[in-house]
Amino acid sequence: MSKMRTFYWSVRRELWENPALWVAPLAIEAVVLFGYLVSSHTLPRAVANAAAGIKAAKGHATLDTPFAVAAAAAMMISFFVAVFYALGALHNERRDRSLLFWKSLPVSDLTVVASKAVIPLVVQPAIIVVIVFATQLLMLLWATIVLALSGSDLGYYYGHIHLPMIWLMLPYGLVVNALWDAPFYGWLILVSAWARRATFVWAIGPWLALMAFEWMSFQTFHVRDLLGSRLFGGFQLAFTIDGKTTIETLSQVTPMRWLGNPGLWIGLVVGLACFALCVRLRRRNDPI
Amino acid sequence: MAVIEARRLRKAYKSTVALDGIDLTVEAGRIVGLIGPNGAGKSTALQAILGLMPFEGELRVLGLDPWTARDALMAEVCFIADVAVMPRWMRVWQALDFVAGVHPRFDRAKAEGFLAKTEIKRTSRVRELSKGMVAQLHLALVMAIDARLLVLDEPTLGLDLLYRKAFYDSLLNDYFDGERTILVTTHQVEEIQHILTDLVFINHGRIVLDCSMEAFEARYAEVLAGPDQAATARTFNPIHERQLFGRSIFIFDGADRARLAQLGEVRTPSLADVFVAVMGPLSAPSSSSGERAA
Repeated sequence: MSKMRTFYWSVRRELWENPALWVAPLAIEAVVLFGYLVSSHTLPRAVANAAAGIKAAKGHATLDTPFAVAAAAAMMISFFVAVFYALGALHNERRDRSLLFWKSLPVSDLTVVASKAVIPLVVQPAIIVVIVFATQLLMLLWATIVLALSGSDLGYYYGHIHLPMIWLMLPYGLVVNALWDAPFYGWLILVSAWARRATFVWAIGPWLALMAFEWMSFQTFHVRDLLGSRLFGGFQLAFTIDGKTTIETLSQVTPMRWLGNPGLWIGLVVGLACFALCVRLRRRNDPI
Repeated sequence: MAVIEARRLRKAYKSTVALDGIDLTVEAGRIVGLIGPNGAGKSTALQAILGLMPFEGELRVLGLDPWTARDALMAEVCFIADVAVMPRWMRVWQALDFVAGVHPRFDRAKAEGFLAKTEIKRTSRVRELSKGMVAQLHLALVMAIDARLLVLDEPTLGLDLLYRKAFYDSLLNDYFDGERTILVTTHQVEEIQHILTDLVFINHGRIVLDCSMEAFEARYAEVLAGPDQAATARTFNPIHERQLFGRSIFIFDGADRARLAQLGEVRTPSLADVFVAVMGPLSAPSSSSGERAA
């Protein structure tokens, strides 16, 4: 019980120190929402055209695109926030000497590392879901008002924005992402626990060096392919895109293929190993 | 059971030996000053005691091995490692919330009471506070924790005189209750002399003096002798001599006070002077003349 309490406060501490975790997606969604308001005068025509069977010109938005963009924008900004969060996770406290304050409290190194690991893997996806749902609801509300005032076919509109699908796929996609990326964040937090400076360079440097060595000596790209699959391979397994731009039917969702891929489980083991190493390093870490 | 029990405590780095097998016992209810020059091993000893660093030898703090049980130990041990370790981004209310959240022995009302006596606003960030206020905040947090051992490592470094005095005053008046134990290191030895019950001098990783303040006062004597008495005084084997306004100040270790009284006025020397006498080169003439016109 008291362990859970300590863990809970440690996670809150992370959110205090790193408000960008929720401010950044909130800010980008505010911009998305504003853009949607600006474009909404074209919405009645777009619905009428779509209902009449006139396809949107190539590169132009279909009715459901703004909703997908709202989700994608929050996920993308959060990815960058997560990378920088992870690179500072066990580094900032050493740099500003606050490590000595944190270590003067009865919080174990395991709890500290766990509270930092759950930020990109659990807390951030949850924040994204809440913020994106809220944004999409506001968009839906605004579209409803605009279409109702212009006398458009609301039923047609509701039937073609695929919101239930998006609302199902966003949490699914985020879970896929989090579990698939566990070793990625494990590596970044490990670097933050170990590197004395320039965490970003230490995080990517060894991989660039490996890639360069591999190409120079064998003219192959295995390291690059491995990194690519570690970063984006989860989506490719969990969804079947097949040239479509959005997920429209449940047949495109393939969780079993994803769960059955050894890459997922190997990645989770590697991620856990990284976090275990972080606990050991945290115990020995001094201010730098 | 002693609060701190160290046997052959040793810590070696690649090229230096920071702690060379020290034995140290600190009983409950004592206020112990750990005093030594820079690089003597004070901080290393404290880090080992606080579980911040692995070590060789035996060390028990409140019956626990600090290295393997730091988090359990920290429920009953508090430390202020430096004046500048409070996270700069944190707000005062967040510090209160967090410590209240994770520390089972933290009395929030007490901490708020201490803070109410200061000018610290609850919405301020640590980075917006003056150095003295950060020390006040840290002390308010620590004093509200019902700990058995408090370790202070240069807790007043860089603070002005008023804050330093207030720091030790509130520590004595509002915190120390005769059952708690305080272990403190500082270079400002004259400021802690009157609050200590015990004294440990450490140099080159070894303990050179370990005694209670009563024993210190019985053992060391200081005599201010005129020029005509100086030669006689030197025959009594002083451990240190320095000149002040044409007169000589001698420090004696274990000398007969009645005999010393023939030379001049006999006083208890300050910690700082004995520190210089014990640590410095023997009787370096006029090495500290004028520095302390006591």
